[in-house]
Amino acid sequence: MAARRAASSFLSRFLLTRPSPASPASPAGKSALLGAGALLHRFSTAPAPAAATAEEPIQPAVEVNHTQLLINGNFVDAASGKTFPTLDPRTGEVIARVAEGDSEDIDRAVAAARRAFDEGPWPRMTAYERCRVLLRFADLIERHAEEIAALETWDNGKTLAQAAGTEVPMVARCIRYYAGWADKIHGLVVPADGAHTVQVLHEPVGVAGQIIPWNFPLLMFAWKVGPALACGNTVVLKTAEQTPLSALYVANLLHEAGLPEGVLNVVSGFGPTAGAALCSHMGVDKLAFTGSTGTGQIVLELAARSNLKPVTLELGGKSPFVVMDDADVDQAVELAHQAVFFNQGQCCCAGSRTFVHERVYDEFVEKSKARALKRVVGDPFRNGVEQGPQIDGQQFNKILRYVQSGVDSGATLVTGGDRVGSRGFYIQPTVFADAKDDMKIAREEIFGPVQTILKFSGMEEVIRRANATHYGLAAGVFTRSLDAANTLSRALRAGTVWVNCYDVFDATIPFGGYKMSGVGREKGIYALRNYLQTKAVVTPIKDPAWL
Amino acid sequence: MASNGNGKAAPAGVVVPEIKFTKLFINGGFVDAASGKTFETRDPRTGDVLAHIAEADKADVDLAVKSARDAFEHGKWPRMSGYERGRIMSKLADLVEQHTEELAALDGADAGKLVLLGKIIDIPLATQMLRYYAGAADKIHGEVLRVSGKYQGYTLKEPVGVVGVIIPWNFPTMMFFLKVSPALAAGCTVVVKPAEQTPLSALYYAHLAKLAGVPDGVINVVPGFGPTAGAALTSHMDVDSVAFTGSTEVGRLIMESAARSNLKMVSLELGGKSPLIVFDDADVDMAVNLSRLAIFYNKGEVCVAGSRVYVQEGIYDEFVKKAVEAAQSWKVGDPFDVTTNMGPQVDKDQFERVLKYIEHGKSEGATLLTGGKPAADKGYYIEPTIFVDVTEDMKIAHEEIFGPVMSLMKFRTVDEVIEKANCTKYGLAAGIVTKSLDIANRVSRSVRAGTVWVNCYYAFDPDAPFGGYKMSGFGRDQGLAAMEKYLQVKSVITALPDSPWY
Repeated sequence: MAARRAASSFLSRFLLTRPSPASPASPAGKSALLGAGALLHRFSTAPAPAAATAEEPIQPAVEVNHTQLLINGNFVDAASGKTFPTLDPRTGEVIARVAEGDSEDIDRAVAAARRAFDEGPWPRMTAYERCRVLLRFADLIERHAEEIAALETWDNGKTLAQAAGTEVPMVARCIRYYAGWADKIHGLVVPADGAHTVQVLHEPVGVAGQIIPWNFPLLMFAWKVGPALACGNTVVLKTAEQTPLSALYVANLLHEAGLPEGVLNVVSGFGPTAGAALCSHMGVDKLAFTGSTGTGQIVLELAARSNLKPVTLELGGKSPFVVMDDADVDQAVELAHQAVFFNQGQCCCAGSRTFVHERVYDEFVEKSKARALKRVVGDPFRNGVEQGPQIDGQQFNKILRYVQSGVDSGATLVTGGDRVGSRGFYIQPTVFADAKDDMKIAREEIFGPVQTILKFSGMEEVIRRANATHYGLAAGVFTRSLDAANTLSRALRAGTVWVNCYDVFDATIPFGGYKMSGVGREKGIYALRNYLQTKAVVTPIKDPAWL
Repeated sequence: MASNGNGKAAPAGVVVPEIKFTKLFINGGFVDAASGKTFETRDPRTGDVLAHIAEADKADVDLAVKSARDAFEHGKWPRMSGYERGRIMSKLADLVEQHTEELAALDGADAGKLVLLGKIIDIPLATQMLRYYAGAADKIHGEVLRVSGKYQGYTLKEPVGVVGVIIPWNFPTMMFFLKVSPALAAGCTVVVKPAEQTPLSALYYAHLAKLAGVPDGVINVVPGFGPTAGAALTSHMDVDSVAFTGSTEVGRLIMESAARSNLKMVSLELGGKSPLIVFDDADVDMAVNLSRLAIFYNKGEVCVAGSRVYVQEGIYDEFVKKAVEAAQSWKVGDPFDVTTNMGPQVDKDQFERVLKYIEHGKSEGATLLTGGKPAADKGYYIEPTIFVDVTEDMKIAHEEIFGPVMSLMKFRTVDEVIEKANCTKYGLAAGIVTKSLDIANRVSRSVRAGTVWVNCYYAFDPDAPFGGYKMSGFGRDQGLAAMEKYLQVKSVITALPDSPWY
């Protein structure tokens, strides 16, 4: 049950059960975030984080068995025969070479998906049968949870405790959620002005192209594939080139659960080649993308230039976390810390702009520094580690450039700012204070462990400043005041507002962006809309008993 | 051992399953009745006693309600997430599935139901129902309102509390899960009174629910009789809602009892006299098969049985001829025999009641075309029976017989048949057989019934709400609509002095 609770919430319950970091941690402070068995406090007095990476990397307890493309129910090489390396972010060393999908492979995958949709059993079987396949899939995920989590940590660098304790259970949970929707997808019977009977059918849209990022490879798989399959669609999924492994593993399980061939095709590869081919494909009926705003614009453009396929986009963010002056500072510091540093800061909804009321600002900055200093960076397979490496050298360098920009623009570097160790892509938890709204570090998405703290003095001011961004993915509000919570909840222009919590990602809660953070919503009942066509069937009715 | 056609059903060599649970199930354990009393449940194939069952009375119902109340007020069930409840319900579905053989045999011996159909229809539908509501448990949505004024409004859908469930003997398994699944999904706790004729599978389900992880007190099962256990439940001041399936006559008593006690919510799924309307353009063979299924399935012991068959004059003669042949090839026999189409009526009372209606039909001037007699020397077997020349004022045309008796009537026009079909105090279901889109659409709207089947019958689905118009009851089972019976709606309005939009 503990694991299941953890599955539904990254942080809020974590905070409820964990003593504030300022006070000595108690043995009862078992972290929901880190999962059973991992106690933060054991490491809170550990030596400098840098030491953690000096040791040899822990060997993951999993083998890489699937490196080919999954097309029409079979693992196959790329048409070109090409492969690319996927790297261990702890060391930069090659984990495996993976078949590199290109436009010819996308063509094959789309053809398989097309056939599976146009002629295959998947959309034609009963909803209950689709439900059963998805339920069996969720059971298989649980049965193989340890291996899946190990693969995820190896390929991505996130902590094993997070992958095993939180994310894999969330994947199973999300799949079960959509399994439960399969037989409850309702159209409306709408009234007509005259003697007509009108039924609205929600039909599967067809072949869905889905492109997912590297920061939560499995979770993004579940958010995309779950609703698409529940609605009766077929899918071509392009994984991120940094993290192709876990999707291949679980896609195989989905076939074991009874998914017919061609219904889910997984193509590993790069954006400009495989991704672009999928987005411009004339045989793809719908696109769903999670990734950067820049790439989202390209995806939308390619859809526009090809067959006007509808697109849902879940893009970047620069989400504000607003701490009001009535907040419990210790709790606010911890929550704000988790909001930005969680998953190495590689979250689209990271609370990367921490707005703190001037009355508590100094105390907040001081305590945030202390908390960041205590953050345990190291091998993500090691118990008690809170932060693993960034995904790759490119991200690593980008983040360090942003840190430099912060210093150059006159923000106060409170702590961190450098790499950890000499190998792999580890970065120190970094905190900037006295940042100004026009600084790059306050405007652009860093996607790394960098907290930017800004001072404000009034409600109207913080609303204005928090909204002064082209993003609108999420926001956090920390206050005891009901009125402040309600006003901020409505005034912040973002797809999710977490009040006195952050990163609560239940399968039921819709997630998506305002403004340039995206189009459409994932999760919850709302995600079904992305994968359904709406067809009105209108028939005259003779001598109706009523209208 | 089985008979051919309408021959005699042989009682020799009947298979009797092992019976493991005969006591009341209260607060997670099997207990004797406070009075120590038991009653007999009989095998309708032979009339022999199958088992002695603890007989619940008011004292036992009080205990069961108290246990359900404690489980609701202080227990985990309403406090766990919908997902967690759903997981336990899924586990229960898996357990039921694993015991399919045994459960189908229990219902076969206790209710005279066909074991084969139990295995391929009743039990799989019950597990599907459980899984459906397991998947609904995390999809109970309140609404955020658009109130006019400087307020923030939303609704909470809260579990209603302790639910009394009273179910009949004709589909012991289906009825149990039809009521219990949505109640559990909503977070309610339940006290189930199964019919005194068929208490066995309900007790088994209570046992399996405990194995699946349903906390103690969430499901209580109190076998017993209507006037004692049933009445104690419906008049109980600490029961928040009663869901009943059974006769219209008893439904009335239940509503009365609720009104006189604590005005508890009531939902009733009652009797019917459902019309099956066959139009001239129908494929006659298909229509005949459908009409046979509609009235003889489960020995006619179905609230939605298509007991009034209206056939348009152009095909009437052909239909009658083929319907008689179809009835005569409907095999009556031991429900454990896989070649049997129809087992015995559930008990002596029902058996005699059905025969009495057949006598009424004859004496009121209807023509008995086939059947009309017991089909065996022992047990409660009755021949598939068809009357023609039936008029709307005859008892067999307006009262629920709950047996294998079809009243076949002729009609000329669509207007006429709509009027005749609606000329009943019931409104549970209706069937339409036609190839015409216009007729199908028009009649679907015109018939005042909770379910209309077009070119099909008994097409039940967990997602399709089911319930009655008029004196067939109110409230709906199945579908997301059923959740409403087990949920309260609470509006929460908060002053919102400052918002950028209202």
